[in-house]
Amino acid sequence: MTTFALFFLVIGLALIGWLAARFRAVHQRPGGVRPHSLPGYHGWYVALWLAIPALLFLALWSVLVPGLVEQSVLAGDAARALPGAEIERAAILSEARALADGSLGAAFNPEADALVPAFAEAQRFYGIIGIVVTLILAFAGGAFAFMRVRPDFRSRNRVERLVMWGLLLASLIAVLTTIGIVASLLFETIRFFSRVSPIEFIFGTHWSPQVANAAGNEGSFGAIPLFWGTILIGAIIAMIVAIPLGLMSAIYLTQYAKPRVRSVMKPVLEILAGVPTVVYGYFAALTVAPAVRDFAVNVLGIASASSESAIAAGVVMGIMIIPFVSSMADDSIAAVPGAMRDGSLAMGATHSETIKRVLVPAALPGIVGGVLLAVSRAIGETMIVVMAAGLAANLTANPFASVTTVTVQIVQLLTGDQVFDSSKTLAAFALGLVLFIVTLLLNIVALQVVKRFREAYE
Amino acid sequence: MTDAVPPKRQPTDWKTDTMQRRIRARYRAEKRFRFAGLFAVVLAAGFLAFLIVTMVSNGARGFTQTEIALPVDFAATDLFLDPQALRGPAAEQALAAANFEQAADQAATAAYGEIGPELLSNGAWLRIRDAVAADHDLLNGEHIFWLQASTDVDFGARGDTGTRRAQRPERQAMIARYAALNDAGQVRRGFSWTFLTASDSSDPTLAGIWGALKGSLLTMLVTIALAFPIGVLTAVYLEEYAPRNRWTDLIEVSINNLAAVPSIIFGLLGLAVFINTFHLPRSAAIVGGLTLALMTMPVIVISGRNAIKSVPPSIRDAALGVGASSIQVLAHHVLPLSLPGILTGTIIGMSRALGETAPLLLIGMRAFVASPPGGLTDPATVLPVQIFLWSDELDPGFIEKTSAAIIVLLLFLLAMNGIAIWLRNKYEQRW
Repeated sequence: MTTFALFFLVIGLALIGWLAARFRAVHQRPGGVRPHSLPGYHGWYVALWLAIPALLFLALWSVLVPGLVEQSVLAGDAARALPGAEIERAAILSEARALADGSLGAAFNPEADALVPAFAEAQRFYGIIGIVVTLILAFAGGAFAFMRVRPDFRSRNRVERLVMWGLLLASLIAVLTTIGIVASLLFETIRFFSRVSPIEFIFGTHWSPQVANAAGNEGSFGAIPLFWGTILIGAIIAMIVAIPLGLMSAIYLTQYAKPRVRSVMKPVLEILAGVPTVVYGYFAALTVAPAVRDFAVNVLGIASASSESAIAAGVVMGIMIIPFVSSMADDSIAAVPGAMRDGSLAMGATHSETIKRVLVPAALPGIVGGVLLAVSRAIGETMIVVMAAGLAANLTANPFASVTTVTVQIVQLLTGDQVFDSSKTLAAFALGLVLFIVTLLLNIVALQVVKRFREAYE
Repeated sequence: MTDAVPPKRQPTDWKTDTMQRRIRARYRAEKRFRFAGLFAVVLAAGFLAFLIVTMVSNGARGFTQTEIALPVDFAATDLFLDPQALRGPAAEQALAAANFEQAADQAATAAYGEIGPELLSNGAWLRIRDAVAADHDLLNGEHIFWLQASTDVDFGARGDTGTRRAQRPERQAMIARYAALNDAGQVRRGFSWTFLTASDSSDPTLAGIWGALKGSLLTMLVTIALAFPIGVLTAVYLEEYAPRNRWTDLIEVSINNLAAVPSIIFGLLGLAVFINTFHLPRSAAIVGGLTLALMTMPVIVISGRNAIKSVPPSIRDAALGVGASSIQVLAHHVLPLSLPGILTGTIIGMSRALGETAPLLLIGMRAFVASPPGGLTDPATVLPVQIFLWSDELDPGFIEKTSAAIIVLLLFLLAMNGIAIWLRNKYEQRW
């Protein structure tokens, strides 16, 4: 019986326990005593007692079983003939396991065939233990809880206490995730810095990790060109596109457009943020990048223009960012009190003068905060740059040249088959840590700007 | 001291030339500004339209295929297969041993001359084999099979599009050839079921999205099974029960940070924790689902908190007043009332997860997967990653397949967002 089937069996038993306990609670009404809890709570009490210990054991057991099976196979007679070398041994063992599962038709190594009976035997043995213990736990828990079902038993309080624990546990997952991110990034980064000096990583201007190989050649890990490429694409080119377009469309939609136009155009602009980034990336690589290159070569006469130019990726990224800038600007302009606007208009200023001299300055903290959030979004963006920007780590300000970014290099270093402990893969985690810290700082600063400089009108 | 009496202030004379000019200039500035705003909106919307038009015009052909008629007489080929052998228990082996590929090439040479085999897609012979397996009588006599044509024929079917590529002599020859075949009724174009039912392939005429779609569905299943309960429970805890203390602040800060962390960082987390620490299988739907669940959960928590917050306190007070316990208030009143809002947020979070690519690349979901995944631990790929993989292919036939896959992905996202908007409009309550 598979773990899956056992899981559903336990759930089914819990359902039966629920019904039985409810039935017992309903029909157990001695005259005079007012039952403390509703019958449903007794049902839940039994069902939870039945299911939780059994399922916890099942989860633990399904993690432990492969190791136990392997141990008992290795201890048996059939394993004597195995070669000593760790790698061959592991290969044969995994093959024998696949044979015993039936997921593999025929063996490649003859030794694996010999192990199959031992494997099947051990798997059956531990499988039966698992089933028996799970069912015993389920029945014991269920029976224990069922016996306690009495009119004066406070099952509601117990069930509710458990629910509270469940809520608290669920909210811990978020903290655990954050800890997991920080820990995994920090841990691998420290290992990376034990091989490559942090000074070289942060201030070095030469990036060529691909040379790193088993022969002891370490490659160079100066990440300045990466940081520059990220800033050029994400913080400069994308923002040159996104800030004016986002701000102007927010102004137009809040101040000029008729309500009907606004109600249509606002969702349309928001679609821009909902399009998957891989679609933007494909669009940038297929349509925008060749057009930009042709433009640079034919019109501007830059013969060296790359088809993976920074400008193609940056422009497309900027367009993706427009809705972020515009929705933040929209909110902060809408938050400026109407009296200020009316006052300005009453003094004879035109609409555009009011907007430029009164509304935008008053909304500036919100707009700046939105732009910072947009920058943090842009530098963490991956697919557009992976598909449209290059891999060459150039330190150049020419937007028609090819530059690379932090995210591109993370993907580049971690995809493909390589040993996990190499400097290359560890470098990806160091880059990830830099990215994490920078985006975090940008978000904190953005929130601070919004909080600190917001004028308290009214 | 003779001066010093300031001139008496006069009302501005708006009729003077200077003033009129000034007013006109201000109005012009006003118009320019207004036009700039309109321009920005139109440009942004125009870009979206351009993107969609590009994808649709490139991708529409990805849903079609060209088929070519191939008369096959197995007696004339080197294929020797006894119909009797196909009835016995060894039928599968007999089929596998028979060289249908060579037979198809020979039949193609017989029908269309030297160039014949090039007109067929690389895997076209599989159709012959499947047809023969289903109907043994096909082995006797000559029968016409409709097979997938090669990418070249597909391009020939496109006609002279005026591009530089289309001007090449070999392309021109193929266009002429296609016209001839078409006149003879030996080719046909139709909807490509292959595209919807097949998995990845190195040949664009045989590639399909079903494998990636199934991978996406499995991944989303894991994501929603984890992110939805955890997200809702967290939102309930923070909004209804959490005491104001340092611990709660820590949880809140974590969630807000997680919502802002770039998605690729979640990929690094998934790689370091799920694959390198827990040794879950690489490129499996379960790892992808776990990673995306961690990414989606903060979105659900934040929207869930807003939905719970919008339930008025009077409802809670009323329920508490008639003797409900706090959990009963939650289960009987607060959750049902805030469910539409929570579901809307969940769908939006899921649609973001469905389009996510970068974290999945890091946990190895970029492998070439030629058959749909059977379970959560099988190697799988997802739709966005499939798009990414196809966009890297050199074969020009993949351009339209990539765009077609993008159309499918966008349709899914559109449907999900449509459901979210519908839910919001139908069940949203203003208190």
